Amino acid sequence: MFRLEGVRYKNILDIESLLIPAGMVTSVVGESGSGKTTLLKLLNKLISPDRGSIFFNDKPFSEINSIELRRKVVMLSQSPAIFPGTVKHNLLIGLKFAEKPGATDQDLATILKFIHLSKDFEDDAEKLSGGEKQRLALGRVILLDPQVFMLDEPSSSLDEETEKLVMDKLVSHSRQKGKTLIMVTHAKKIAQAYSDKIIEIKNGREAVTCRK
Amino acid sequence: MQEIIQIQFWQMAAAYIFVLILMIIVKVKGIPREKEIALSTVRMTLQLILTGFVLVYLFENPHPLLVLLTLAIMQLFAISNIFKRVKTKLSHKLKKIIALAMVTGTLTSLLYFILVVINLSPWYEPRYFIPLAGMLIGNSMTGISLGVTRLVEGMNTQKKLVETALMLGATPKAASRQITDNAFDAAILPTINSMVGMGIVFLPGMMTGQILAGISPITAIEYQIAIMLGIVGSVALTVILFVQLGYKTFFNHEQQFEI
Ligand SMILES: Nc1ncnc2c1ncn2[C@@H]1O[C@H](COP(=O)(O)OP(=O)(O)O)[C@@H](O)[C@H]1O
Ligand SMILES: [Mg+2]
Repeated sequence: MFRLEGVRYKNILDIESLLIPAGMVTSVVGESGSGKTTLLKLLNKLISPDRGSIFFNDKPFSEINSIELRRKVVMLSQSPAIFPGTVKHNLLIGLKFAEKPGATDQDLATILKFIHLSKDFEDDAEKLSGGEKQRLALGRVILLDPQVFMLDEPSSSLDEETEKLVMDKLVSHSRQKGKTLIMVTHAKKIAQAYSDKIIEIKNGREAVTCRK
Repeated sequence: MQEIIQIQFWQMAAAYIFVLILMIIVKVKGIPREKEIALSTVRMTLQLILTGFVLVYLFENPHPLLVLLTLAIMQLFAISNIFKRVKTKLSHKLKKIIALAMVTGTLTSLLYFILVVINLSPWYEPRYFIPLAGMLIGNSMTGISLGVTRLVEGMNTQKKLVETALMLGATPKAASRQITDNAFDAAILPTINSMVGMGIVFLPGMMTGQILAGISPITAIEYQIAIMLGIVGSVALTVILFVQLGYKTFFNHEQQFEI
């Protein structure tokens, strides 16, 4: 799905070559500040490398429109913004940004259930707790139904129980629908439990652990 | 028509007593502002005297090139004033957009006003052209200054919101929509508010001047309504041009947010 060749970004990342397979779950692990977020940002062209090339389905990034790419490869930031307004507004705003058709209330209810958020549509999103906001932002991304999910520490502010519930659902959902899932996680345990491939970043260089 | 009361030189000088009072107040209160007050009073006086001579010359020698030169100087002054007034650092690209929006916005409204609303003949008649240009440019300058501040501040403080929107597949335009709307709003609000207070809270300078000069209040009011609408148009046009082009300077050709 993604191929990186001689990619360098500032003095943060220096990756000789890297493959991220389609239709699988890939985890990115590494110490804080090692460049995990930077790698995800490179993969949806939120930033561009100083040197080297990145390919998406064998097509070089230089030939792909950034916005079209970001609509296929949706990234969830590790501290996503919640927009002023209701829970419903925050779910729908992703579809609006991506210029996709709206969703029915039933779709939205399904999403809320998926992310274990027992809130009303009309509740003020800014009053949610940190973990609830994180799940709301995750729900917004799931609603977009992209080819590739790129999630930056999606469960960092969830308690262990909720984390397991949400991660189980997320992983089985993306496997079922043949999605590619790339997630950054601080917990090796999570990476080992769910992924087909683990990329470890050390000092801006990657070491790959393949499994399965 | 009534005879205008001419102010004698000593009468005008007597008005400086107000500045003197201000100087005494800051002195007593120990506010270190005497220098600025003295300096700005002197500047105001000299600038107005100079402007007086220039206007007298222009009115007596109406020539299109001279009028256009005056217009260009006013624009330059207004644009450099915007750069000075905005406290945040402005990129080179944004400065160009500010200049472009000012020139295009004010010229369009000025031409419409001169050619359609008052149908001035000759079009460059300095007695009308110069004060009208001054009012449109001055008000647009204030509007755009507010808009620039809001836009730059918004981009800086709402970085996360813009970035999140981009991650969700938003175009730069949609991602900065809230910030640009906000900037537009902040920029035109003072103009809208001044329409509300018009005639009740204050009589605007131009109208006061005309009435003092012996023109019937009705005529003065007709002019004032027209000029107020002209100002609204000019401010709105310059500011909309500015925000619609200005937000783009925060993104590169790969639709990446650069700040
Ligand atoms: N825009 C930037 N410019 C310069 N350095 C940055 C930028 N963003 C992040 N960094 C630095 O790059 C390194 C890697 O950051 P990041 O990718 O966020 O790490 P991680 O997600 O693994 O914690 C850190 O040292 C960080 O301070
Ligand atoms: Mg990170």
